[in-house]
Amino acid sequence: MSAVGDAAERALETAPAASPFGAWQAVAWSLARDLRIAVRTRAELGVQLLFYVIVIMLFPLSVGPEPALLRAIGPGVAWVAALLAVLLSLPRLFAADFADGSLEQMGASAFPLPALITGKVAAHWIATGAPLVLLSPVLALPFGLSGEESAILALGLLLGTGILSLLGAIGAALTLGVRGGGALLALLVLPLSAPVLIFGAGAVDAVRAGLSPWPQFSLLAAGLLLAIVGAPFAASAAVRIALD
Amino acid sequence: MTGINWFKYSAPSAFYPLAVRSVPWFAAIAAVLAAIGLYLGFAVAPTDAQQGEAYRIIFIHVPAAWMSMFIYVVMAGWCALSLVFNTRLSAMMAQALAPTGAWFTFIALWTGAFWGKPTWGTYWAWDARMTSELILLFLYFGYIALRNAIDDPRRADRASALLALVGVVNVPIIYFSVKWWNTLHQGASVSVTAAPTMAKIMLVTMLIMALAAWAYTIAVALKRVQAIILERERNAGWVGALATA
Amino acid sequence: MLEGLELSAQRGETLIFAGVSFTLRAGTALVVTGANGSGKTTLLRIAAGLSTAQAGELFWNSTPVTSFDARLREATLYVGHATGLKDELDARENLQSLLSLHGTPCTPQTLDAALQTVSLEGASDRPVRYLSQGQRRRIGLARLLLSARPLWVLDEPATALDAAGIAQLESMLERHLAAKGMAMISTHQPLALSPERVSVMTL
Repeated sequence: MSAVGDAAERALETAPAASPFGAWQAVAWSLARDLRIAVRTRAELGVQLLFYVIVIMLFPLSVGPEPALLRAIGPGVAWVAALLAVLLSLPRLFAADFADGSLEQMGASAFPLPALITGKVAAHWIATGAPLVLLSPVLALPFGLSGEESAILALGLLLGTGILSLLGAIGAALTLGVRGGGALLALLVLPLSAPVLIFGAGAVDAVRAGLSPWPQFSLLAAGLLLAIVGAPFAASAAVRIALD
Repeated sequence: MTGINWFKYSAPSAFYPLAVRSVPWFAAIAAVLAAIGLYLGFAVAPTDAQQGEAYRIIFIHVPAAWMSMFIYVVMAGWCALSLVFNTRLSAMMAQALAPTGAWFTFIALWTGAFWGKPTWGTYWAWDARMTSELILLFLYFGYIALRNAIDDPRRADRASALLALVGVVNVPIIYFSVKWWNTLHQGASVSVTAAPTMAKIMLVTMLIMALAAWAYTIAVALKRVQAIILERERNAGWVGALATA
Repeated sequence: MLEGLELSAQRGETLIFAGVSFTLRAGTALVVTGANGSGKTTLLRIAAGLSTAQAGELFWNSTPVTSFDARLREATLYVGHATGLKDELDARENLQSLLSLHGTPCTPQTLDAALQTVSLEGASDRPVRYLSQGQRRRIGLARLLLSARPLWVLDEPATALDAAGIAQLESMLERHLAAKGMAMISTHQPLALSPERVSVMTL
């Protein structure tokens, strides 16, 4: 055996055992727990999905059923409704854990809090964001969107709802236990979500104009990466402020 | 500048007398500069060939817009200081600046609308800069609302500081995205972003008005921070001594 | 060994306590007493890493504790006012979840045995939402039973426990201290622990 092989073997033997409190284990812990809870409270999640449907249905009622008009506003309506549905579901991200004391157990644990929060946000997105994405092409039909446009809409929502969940986590953590929580959360999160809205709906418009939607998608993907890297730390800082 | 020990003034009790002494100076500077600027803007600067007299409102609109963005960044700077050094005064300064920043944003939006109507026929044209200003106004409102909603002043300091920092990181992103959105949807024939070709006197006037706005901001913020300090430090001995003096 | 030096804490504008110092050695318990609002919970939360002290320092095994000290966090088990139990999960799932959070998940048999010891053997068939406050605190006792952590920070652990529960808590504490563990406990009512192991601090 070569000297390099011997050295590698020795390094493996003397390497410290992997800490059980690493980031991935943290994500796994909170993801598994929150998904299990989501399954047990799926009635509540169903209601949130219905909210999404109802908001979308209100628009033809208010602007009239003219097909050309509905086709023009369709992507925007779907995006605004998705934004509002995510906003509605955000308080449940931390509020229950804060009230029953499990958030402070997480804060006192040896796991990195940003990683625990990432797992929570991932579970939250799977339970609330993903159903929106899956439902959107169906809801786009009454607005006369073509198959290709629906696909672009869904793909944009896939990226956008992820960003909204992550940004929303920061807002939800900042407003934990604070008066006027829900409306205040909306005030904090909505201005920050303007770029997501612009690029998400803009992608569908681009496809309509015969252009490629990939500039918008690459910006949304970049935004999602930025949010995945940055939002958990900001949300963790906000949670610690709330727990102090 | 380098000889001053800045940390000497980081205690509210030490900063308060400094603020009290400084306000009249900055107020005077603001008044003088504003008088010069308004005179230049409304009496000296020539009538614009295309826009007539109505264009003169830019001497308020543009400095207000500059200040609205500048104040947000300065506020975020104070917030960063308050989180890093855990100082109350930095958070109080941010708290003092926010309403002024919001007011300038509001003034920028209103004067922009009044500029738009006679010039391009519409109060609001959804152009990139105005839309970004509107979103900035909501960022200010969010900061102020969060501060007001939290009872514990230290928690309010920290939470709103974090919010301001998240906001300041997002402001370039928001501005870029709105600018992109505006160019894509260029259906409107108005081009509100195209500034009129400026005579040098107009540029000078705007700069003087901007400096006046800056001096005004400092004066108002220092006055406001005095009230904030007195309210938050009301249990401290020096405040009681001040009241009985 | 956990040491606190000249700790002071603030809540909003008011100073709750100042100049608080303590030493907690292995095998001993520090019982913190005081009137309501004297800051017992705040002091314990400072030890648990949830609250930050306004002034003063904390030392774990003679090294100063920074904001997130991994070694201290790995050594601490914190029981606060709230139980930390999820309403939608049953007793066994909650227990497993909390133990996994401490890096030591157990087999279902071990969990069931622990729950039986605290008289909750039939309780795992329904969500914790349907258990009484006293039963929920017994799940906390089961967690203490299965914990391997040296430092216990317990905020009013006798809350909602009946006489049998309190007796079990006291015996668990005695065993923990005998095994060179340490405990920081805030309590309104007296706990029957060996006096030579206990020091009392009044805030």
